[in-house]
Amino acid sequence: MTWITDAQNTWCPGCGNFTVQHALKDVFAGLVADEGRRPEEFVLVTGIGCHAKIADYLAVNSFYAIHGRTLPVATGITLANPDLTVVACAGDGDAYAEGLGHLVFAAKRNTDITAVVHDNRVYGLTTGQYTPTSYTGFRGRSTPKGAKERPFNPVELALASGATFVARAYTRRLDHLREVLRRAVLHRGFSFVEVLQICATYNNLTASYHDQAYELDGHDTADLTAALERAREWDYSDGAPIALGVFYEVEREREAWPPMGRLPDHRRREVIRGVLEERR
Amino acid sequence: MDEIAVLIGGKAGEGINIAGSVVMRLIAGCGLRAAMYYDYQSLIKGGHNFAVIRGAAEQPYCHREGLDLVLALDQETVRRHHGRLRAGGQVIYDTGRVQEGEGTGIPLDEIVKDEGAPAVTRNMGLIGGFCKACAIPWETVEAVLSRAVPKAVEANLRVAGRGYEAAEMVRPLPARAAGIRVLPAISGNEAIALGLVEAGLEGYIAYPMTPSSGILHFLAARQEEFRTSVVHPENEIGVMLMALGAAYAGRRVAVGTSGGGFCLMTEGFSLAGMAELPVLIVLAQRPGPSTGVPTYSGQGDLLFALSAGQGEFPRPVVAPGTLEEAWYWAGALLDLAWRFQTPAVLLTDKNLGEGMYTFHGAPERPPLPSVRWDGDGGYRRYAPGPDGVSPLASPGTAGAVVKVNSYAHDERGITTEDRATVARMAEKRNEKEKAMAEVLRSYPSVMTAGDPAAGTVLLCWGSTAGVCTEAAKDLGLRVVRPVVLSPFPVEQFSAAIGGAEQVVAVEENLDGHLARLVRAEGYRVNAVIGKYDGRPFFLEDLERQLKGVGA
Ligand code: SF4
Repeated sequence: MTWITDAQNTWCPGCGNFTVQHALKDVFAGLVADEGRRPEEFVLVTGIGCHAKIADYLAVNSFYAIHGRTLPVATGITLANPDLTVVACAGDGDAYAEGLGHLVFAAKRNTDITAVVHDNRVYGLTTGQYTPTSYTGFRGRSTPKGAKERPFNPVELALASGATFVARAYTRRLDHLREVLRRAVLHRGFSFVEVLQICATYNNLTASYHDQAYELDGHDTADLTAALERAREWDYSDGAPIALGVFYEVEREREAWPPMGRLPDHRRREVIRGVLEERR
Repeated sequence: MDEIAVLIGGKAGEGINIAGSVVMRLIAGCGLRAAMYYDYQSLIKGGHNFAVIRGAAEQPYCHREGLDLVLALDQETVRRHHGRLRAGGQVIYDTGRVQEGEGTGIPLDEIVKDEGAPAVTRNMGLIGGFCKACAIPWETVEAVLSRAVPKAVEANLRVAGRGYEAAEMVRPLPARAAGIRVLPAISGNEAIALGLVEAGLEGYIAYPMTPSSGILHFLAARQEEFRTSVVHPENEIGVMLMALGAAYAGRRVAVGTSGGGFCLMTEGFSLAGMAELPVLIVLAQRPGPSTGVPTYSGQGDLLFALSAGQGEFPRPVVAPGTLEEAWYWAGALLDLAWRFQTPAVLLTDKNLGEGMYTFHGAPERPPLPSVRWDGDGGYRRYAPGPDGVSPLASPGTAGAVVKVNSYAHDERGITTEDRATVARMAEKRNEKEKAMAEVLRSYPSVMTAGDPAAGTVLLCWGSTAGVCTEAAKDLGLRVVRPVVLSPFPVEQFSAAIGGAEQVVAVEENLDGHLARLVRAEGYRVNAVIGKYDGRPFFLEDLERQLKGVGA
């Protein structure tokens, strides 16, 4: 089984997207090897942006969608065929700007999807503008004097929206990222993974992440209050410690809508005849 | 023709729609053919709502100014409509709410109180009065009411019975032909829903928007029975993208909306064009732009439907004019969308969707299976296939990696900017459009009515079919009506319009959308008669305007 296509890779050297791609590939391969999954079961949905090229590079089923719309596409796929394992990769512009409403609703519905947000906190493919998670003062091509807005905190947002699995990982910690993604994919319900991703070209935060990031230890993942507390430690602008790991994980009702299907042909005609009969 | 026209009116919240549909079913239950127009405002309580039901031995498809009975739950109904009564007509009214009444007064409040029935059953007292006025036998009333309003049958029947006693015979219903079958009475939206289900619909996704919501409500109420999943997501953008996800995963799905919702869907509509994903959009028109007149009707979205989305891609656009066509084309468009892997638009309007008619049954559709992958060789989602149609496989299929893409892509579905591939894929999509036009030649893509030899042609589309057909019959004219608007049915249209001396387009818009389309196809249109106040053409009104343009 080859997991990588022969499409030419055009990510910049040092880009965190490579790490996410390797981690996801390893998770898929691992689930095939030790969980009996078939490679054909995996479906990757992406938005538009640097992250989205992963759809071209991974040799799995994919829906290379449009900016901001990964989650409704993923929801449709899950409703159509609940046996598929659906992973939606989105950028921070995708998930938090153009597609914010979809994120909140996907979490609310707890549909069985794994949302992986490649959060490099900059628009890469459109050449360096600020995003909803860029720090205050970020100088981008659309904010040359520095962004005046405060970033918002996606982990807190996902928790508030009802996601049943909420985690944060970092592309310079491949093993940890891989472990978090595997747990997210195995979680039954809506999993949200915020990946702090290095953009080598427009927003290389390696140094500050190196100093600030730490892995959660002894944290009770069933405790929403504790999860929110940890999520609020760092506000995406200051120099506070950045927690990595699973903040929250619970089981909750997840079939928001009935799965799709139809009656066999002959039954369908009978039922329709019955409906018309009622209207006589 | 010998016909009866009944209007029932009152305030919003008084159950006028239900009352109208009950009158409709009583008339249909007597073996007549009937049509109901429902007029209501965008408010929940108060205002003025009314329903007009026209019944005859032959199917009526439009409405006239003249009425035979006005059933008034309030003074406003009398004030607005009593001037429309034809000779021998009468008002039947509630003595409690109508101070200045002439005709038959029925004390609804007293009756409801006496019978210990809830206030909403007041309209049943008027319906009882109507039945007596038309000499409908009480057994028929009992049978129809029990089926039509299954909730609190006893109370409804008691109140109706009191109205029946209190009224007198005004005029009997028109005679029915011997041996005629009683037909079911359904709305256009219900016909669409049933046509979709019959054609194997597996999911219906919609955000509420008048006048398409009737489809959502009907399918949601019966989803266990039909085993079709009905989904109401966060917005129309979500609707469209969910539908595309489901289509990618192999399900036959449709979505429904009106103009404002379709604006939001165009992004996904264009994605469907590029990714070659099938989806059916029911676009139920109301007057725009923007919020417009939400509970009224219009035909102002034809050019929008024809050109929605950026870039070029095929999309069948079909505007049925009757229930039977709505049912037929709902299924046929599902077939076409899945065969040609492209989005399709069923263009209706409020008058057709929320109007009720007696239903005569839809014709059988020709079989049009989708093109499936035979499992041979490595799967390529956009591999060359017959007529530009690539064989389909769904994710989960052993040995297939199914990649769809909103970017220009190669045969495997991988992004490309290679000039030859970009051009070849554009040609592939265009080839599908040509093949679709070819297939549609064996479908009833253009309908005609009236005198086929007449020099004057009424050119129309969608629900104005009915009024044009009746006017053509009265005035000896010909009706030509393209049902398929994209790809334009050139051959069938040419044959239908051949020999025309004068072509008058009749449309519920100001601009003459069909006239523009037909002119762009190289035909002459001499005049456009437009109506754009949200209300349907009355027959008399159209006939006056036709004479005005010398038709
Ligand atoms: S611009 Fe940034 S995110 Fe995009 S490929 Fe280059 S390094 Fe990666």
